Amino acid sequence: MSTGNSTVIQLENLSVTLGGRLILDHLSVELKGRTIGLLGPNGAGKSTLINTLLGFYAPSTGTARVFGHEVRAETRIVRSLIGYMPENDSFIADMNAVTFIRMMGELSGLPPETALERAHECLFYVGLGEARYRKLGTYSLGMKQLAKLAQAIVHGPKLVILDEPTNGLDPPARRRMLKMIREMRDNAGMRIVLCSHLLRDVEDTCEEVVILKAGKIVHYADLEAERSANKRFVELEMVGDDEGFASAMESLGATCAMAGKGRWKMVVPAEFNFRDLYQLASDRDLELRRLNYRKDTLEDIFLKAMAQ
Amino acid sequence: MAVYKRTYTGYSGALTPPGSRFLVLPRYSYERLFKSRFLTAFLVACFFFPLLCIGYIYLLNNLTVFQSIGLPTPSFLKIDNKFFLVFMNFQGALAYILTALIGPNLIAPDLANNALPTYFSRPFSRTEYVIGKISVLFILLSIITWVPGALLFVVQVSQAGWDWGTANWFILRAILLGHITWILLLSLISVAMSAWVKWKVVAGALILGIFGIGAGLAQIINSILRTDYGSIIDISRIMYTIWSDQLGLEANTGLESFEAWLGFVAVCIVCLLMVERKIRPKEIVR
Repeated sequence: MSTGNSTVIQLENLSVTLGGRLILDHLSVELKGRTIGLLGPNGAGKSTLINTLLGFYAPSTGTARVFGHEVRAETRIVRSLIGYMPENDSFIADMNAVTFIRMMGELSGLPPETALERAHECLFYVGLGEARYRKLGTYSLGMKQLAKLAQAIVHGPKLVILDEPTNGLDPPARRRMLKMIREMRDNAGMRIVLCSHLLRDVEDTCEEVVILKAGKIVHYADLEAERSANKRFVELEMVGDDEGFASAMESLGATCAMAGKGRWKMVVPAEFNFRDLYQLASDRDLELRRLNYRKDTLEDIFLKAMAQ
Repeated sequence: MAVYKRTYTGYSGALTPPGSRFLVLPRYSYERLFKSRFLTAFLVACFFFPLLCIGYIYLLNNLTVFQSIGLPTPSFLKIDNKFFLVFMNFQGALAYILTALIGPNLIAPDLANNALPTYFSRPFSRTEYVIGKISVLFILLSIITWVPGALLFVVQVSQAGWDWGTANWFILRAILLGHITWILLLSLISVAMSAWVKWKVVAGALILGIFGIGAGLAQIINSILRTDYGSIIDISRIMYTIWSDQLGLEANTGLESFEAWLGFVAVCIVCLLMVERKIRPKEIVR
């Protein structure tokens, strides 16, 4: 299933008012990434945005589109393209996992036999194969998260919206969940919207990030582009006589600034060959102790956005 | 794809028609409901009276049987509109009990488990959800009410001849219309109660109690205001009036036919409004 490089979500001047309060305030953004992170403090409007994309809430102004389909006018089409993993428990406790996921598959339009087959496949895929005949109410928190993921993907959606998917997971389960998210993106060609408070999870999996605060988009970051761009910022630490090193580097097109004894910060040109740097250090008998790209972590980006 | 390979593939096969997806809900509901032996036994018991009626119709239409066993011919017994009113009342009462048993299981578990967002995040609307839940009762109650009623009518026509059928076709109309309106009313009340009360026992009690409460209030209004209009909120009187009117009998409930229909429509609207208010994927906290 190929989704190409099309626009996944397009918001145009989208506002949502609930109970007389403006929750989403004129949001406009176009998201094309394979995995899109949705960040923001509590009450920022993340869940409202998800619910609006699912057609649960009506926009008071503007439009929201998913794969080019207007959410309010083409709700049925939009929902057939989406798989939704809610944050809270959302299933019938006295049903076993296979039955529940099969039923959800059938409600999405799968024929009964196919729904049964895919329910088994999805439960094995998320790692609940051995527990698939157990009642959902008896599952641990981590197992419930996996069951919710299974019901979200049973019908083969093009876009999966994951609301806090790693909530309540222990470290191995969290790693497995993030691995599955990457696998779904890379192997199954799904687009993913990940809503999480855990910046590390978003940083590990997402290509684009939208940061919301008080119902407004305060920052949009194309993490892939930033990762590429940040490759030009280099931090260097060396031992030896570094006099004349800066001028030599500048002759190669880099801009250098000393950050302390033996420590340098450089901006190198896009076509810079790092072999030249190693050669330069070797010629001057300098020992390179550390060389790394300087990049803003998502936490830096998030904190900057929150400070706005 | 073999499940043990633990891989995931998308789906690009055929889909079921959207218009028939609401039927998924009754199928899974029945699977859960009929795990109860009591419910299964009760449903079977609901067919005893129609079977007795078939035997009765056969005997009355074959009076030689009475003579052959030495009994006098019971000339006062006739298969007419009164007979079918008794049938409708009896099966209607059973339908009411069955509703009280099944009704609380319709929506309350979905609400208690916060399952509605999972349903409505799919190409499945609120209307389809409500129709699906109503059809759980509609199908089951049909099997014990108008279906055997229509069968009785057919048996009577087959025994008494087409002349009886053409002269009494209004009985068939009354069975269908009367029982279908009754099922619709029970289903709507049941869905509305189930949507508003998360605890199944309380929802069941409310479904049972709403008829008593309505009758009691009607009695109070009638006594205080010295009128019969209070009966418009007594659901059992409403239905009895509609059935009697359809069968061409005098109801003596103090209600005119149009008043009964008005009460019926009003109850249906109130139930639909209750359902509309409660069946939402997300509740907006004001």
